Amino acid sequence: MDEIASLLEPQIPALRRYAWALLRDHEAADDLVQDTLERAISRWSQRRREGDLRAWLFTIQRNLFLNGVRQRKTRGTQVGEEALNDIQAPGASPESQAGLHDILVGLDVLSEEQRSLLLLVGVEDLSYEQAAQALGIPLGTVMSRLSRARARLRDFMEHGPSTVLRRVK
Amino acid sequence: MTGERPIGEDDLQAFVDGRLAPSRHEAVKIYLDAHPALAEQVKREIELREALRARLAFKAQEPVPSRLRIANILASQRRSPRFRPAAVAAAMTWLAIGAMLGAAGGIGWTSSVQRQDAETRVAGNAIAAHRIYVSERLHPVEVPAEQEAHLVQWLSRRVGKPLTAPNLNPQGYRLIGGRLLPDDGEAAALFMYENLGGTRLTLYARSGGSREQTSFRFESQGEVSAFSWIDKGLSYVVTARVDRAQLLPIAETIYKQLEAANDPAKSRL
Repeated sequence: MDEIASLLEPQIPALRRYAWALLRDHEAADDLVQDTLERAISRWSQRRREGDLRAWLFTIQRNLFLNGVRQRKTRGTQVGEEALNDIQAPGASPESQAGLHDILVGLDVLSEEQRSLLLLVGVEDLSYEQAAQALGIPLGTVMSRLSRARARLRDFMEHGPSTVLRRVK
Repeated sequence: MTGERPIGEDDLQAFVDGRLAPSRHEAVKIYLDAHPALAEQVKREIELREALRARLAFKAQEPVPSRLRIANILASQRRSPRFRPAAVAAAMTWLAIGAMLGAAGGIGWTSSVQRQDAETRVAGNAIAAHRIYVSERLHPVEVPAEQEAHLVQWLSRRVGKPLTAPNLNPQGYRLIGGRLLPDDGEAAALFMYENLGGTRLTLYARSGGSREQTSFRFESQGEVSAFSWIDKGLSYVVTARVDRAQLLPIAETIYKQLEAANDPAKSRL
């Protein structure tokens, strides 16, 4: 038990940051982190010994986030799995209404896959290998997706939404 | 530079992230010096990377809420039956026996009609309390869930036995508080829960008289369902405006949590 706590607790601030970046709601973000920690504890024995704890935790958290989105979507109109790529983070929060130059508005323009990758690599300092593991994609895809995500964000921050709307993903 | 790998987008990304080995870093720098437009884009991407980090930094610096402490999560999992399949199986068997005996008229379990009457009366009082207080909008509880520790301590003292407010968050019900009630001259505790749809659920607890343990009893009045049982000398009634099938798993959860909370051997991990 002490081992679990001493390994998991240092990761909590980063999990809370990633959860908030995805959800922009403090309560909902902490709910997601709590679900993540509960899942991690219950599956503690299943984690690969040589596996990377950080990547494992972010994988669990992102999957729980996507399941939540998927459930909300299926309760409404039926959409295919590809709709998950077009999840828009809530952009109407007071924080992001601060202005077009708020980087979070730019983050909302990205697809969920791009957004998660940018957050895991650029903010949470996961290595490219860890990010590939967390997102379940090959390393080469990590690099090209990162490149596209940063170009799209840069475009939006420089030219505003019109440019991005004209772009085909 | 002859013979060296050409610069790729992976190099540029690793440059933005500051993750290149020194020699490769130098090579990218030389390349960017020769491509000013690209260099400008890379510079901008580094600035945006820093801006995003700075924008989100506050969240990782906040004090961690106590509900996310591992010790607290472990403690609530200990109370929860989810991770103890043996206990779940045992409780299910016990419930099945109770249901069978209930169907057979309670033969062998209720040794006296008088006792059964007392239990029926407690269930009736609990359902009445449920009906009165769940419809209350302004003052549904005396002590709100924000003061849960105080609430539990206070009600335990008045009822005369250690009580626990079960955690029903996994079932979608959040504790909103509780109150003290009179029941046949005795003190009774009422914990109230509410789900996102606004459905309220109450758990009623009072001293169970001379009996130590009984099986689950189901009772319904109109749209209100109730399960009652006695365990460790305490009489419990869980009541909600849901059907039997919806209420049963909640009653089982409460039973298992209370049993774990009262049994020191089981509350150890």
